[in-house]
Amino acid sequence: MSGFFKNAFLIAKKDLYSELRTRQVLGTMIIFSGLVILVFSFAFDPAQNTTKAVIPGVIWVIIVFSGILGLNRSFISEQRNDTMQALLISPMDPSSIYFGKLLANFTMILIVELVSVPFLFLLFDFHSIGSVGYFLLVLFLGSFGFISIGTFLAALAANSKSSEMLLPLLLFPVTSPILIGAVQATKIILSNIEKLPDAVAWMQLIGAYDVIFFVLCLILVEYVMEV
Amino acid sequence: MIVARKLTKQADDKFILRGIDLEINKGETVAILGPNGAGKSTLLKVLATLIKPTSGLVSIKGLEMKKSQHEIRKLLGYLPHSSFLYDHFTPLENLVFYGAAYGMDHIEEKAVSLISSVGLSFFLNEPVKNFSRGMVQRVAIARAIIHDPEVLLLDEPHTGLDQGAADTLNSVILTMKEKGTTTLMVTHDFKQAAEICERAVVIKNGKLIANFCLNGKDVNFLHSKYTELVEGGAS
Ligand SMILES: Nc1ncnc2c1ncn2[C@@H]1O[C@H](COP(=O)(O)OP(=O)(O)OP(=O)(O)O)[C@@H](O)[C@H]1O
Ligand SMILES: [Mg+2]
Repeated sequence: MSGFFKNAFLIAKKDLYSELRTRQVLGTMIIFSGLVILVFSFAFDPAQNTTKAVIPGVIWVIIVFSGILGLNRSFISEQRNDTMQALLISPMDPSSIYFGKLLANFTMILIVELVSVPFLFLLFDFHSIGSVGYFLLVLFLGSFGFISIGTFLAALAANSKSSEMLLPLLLFPVTSPILIGAVQATKIILSNIEKLPDAVAWMQLIGAYDVIFFVLCLILVEYVMEV
Repeated sequence: MIVARKLTKQADDKFILRGIDLEINKGETVAILGPNGAGKSTLLKVLATLIKPTSGLVSIKGLEMKKSQHEIRKLLGYLPHSSFLYDHFTPLENLVFYGAAYGMDHIEEKAVSLISSVGLSFFLNEPVKNFSRGMVQRVAIARAIIHDPEVLLLDEPHTGLDQGAADTLNSVILTMKEKGTTTLMVTHDFKQAAEICERAVVIKNGKLIANFCLNGKDVNFLHSKYTELVEGGAS
């Protein structure tokens, strides 16, 4: 079991270090999120009060689309020099490789959120979050579920010729419960905090979905990573 | 050490391997020869646990492949056509990563000494993407042996190496042989095969057509024997 985490951290460290070296994906993700925020700020007048209603949507649009940018690269980057084969024939478990990739992708999306959410609040002049703790929790739960399913499907799609198209196609149906729940919960937490119990119910739903799919992915990943 | 029984591999209704029986003893160095497209690399991939055979049995060190894949993987050092290296990492970072993946201790020192033994100490901290083909091959060889494997599976290891590096590789293989390492080497280079291998097997159209001793024989013997076997219509 300790070997599982050791190998997963090794893979995550390798991926993040490689990102630090090339700065390909994270830069693109952050620029993309900045552009989304700018375009939305042109479209909706930040001075108006109704504008606040679009904020939860913008946050999750950023997470979903910049997340896909990162997920797509996650396994495709192992195709050069067939390094994926090297990982597969090493004594590391496919599940620990998956978990390591998940950790790396999750870290990257957290960095994107850390940069873009404050920027979004700043541009939309928004400073009345109902509950910071719950807000962070829903971001965490939603992103984790999205990324854990996404990493699994990226592994699946990487063997296909048109993986860049296949991944979003597979991802949206499977993650839609998470996304619906996350947007609803975020909306309540940001602008309608009296209804907190509803938000908590949504978060419980996301949490349960996260756990079930994470375990399922860990078990099944062995079969999708074959060459 | 390595036993294969009635090994077949089918891809898109085409048989790549058609019933290979092979037995290799511990500490032996065996060359796998054969024309292009004969199935040599495929055989090595099956032995390296990279692809599953369609039928047949493989066992390494008495462990059956289907049951003890995890244990077997720790024993194998596999050098394929591709380098298995991360382009933007330095040789040192590549070797340290793979050493850790195989659960090695003291990887850093081991990696540094391996890199200097393949003659790349000056390029220790230079990314692999700037390397020439032969230099990449040298690092790839170091990568394949970073975890002191008991079985070496080498697919055309001499390609791209200059004379000096080829000699270094041969001496590395021979040193590891003294420690009991078993080596299986696909090659088109008869000179190297005659130099370090005790036995040769010839594969043609997915079948093993010959298996002979090389001890005390020279390149010319191997040449004439190979020509007779492959071009002489045996199949
Ligand atoms: N994934 C695959 N799908 C279909 N056919 C394949 C696949 N891999 C290999 N082959 C076929 O199997 C045959 C043997 O390939 P292999 O790479 O084992 O040859 P080889 O003996 O290593 O040749 P070389 O000396 O050129 O390296 C070839 O005809 C090749 O086209
Ligand atoms: Mg080959």
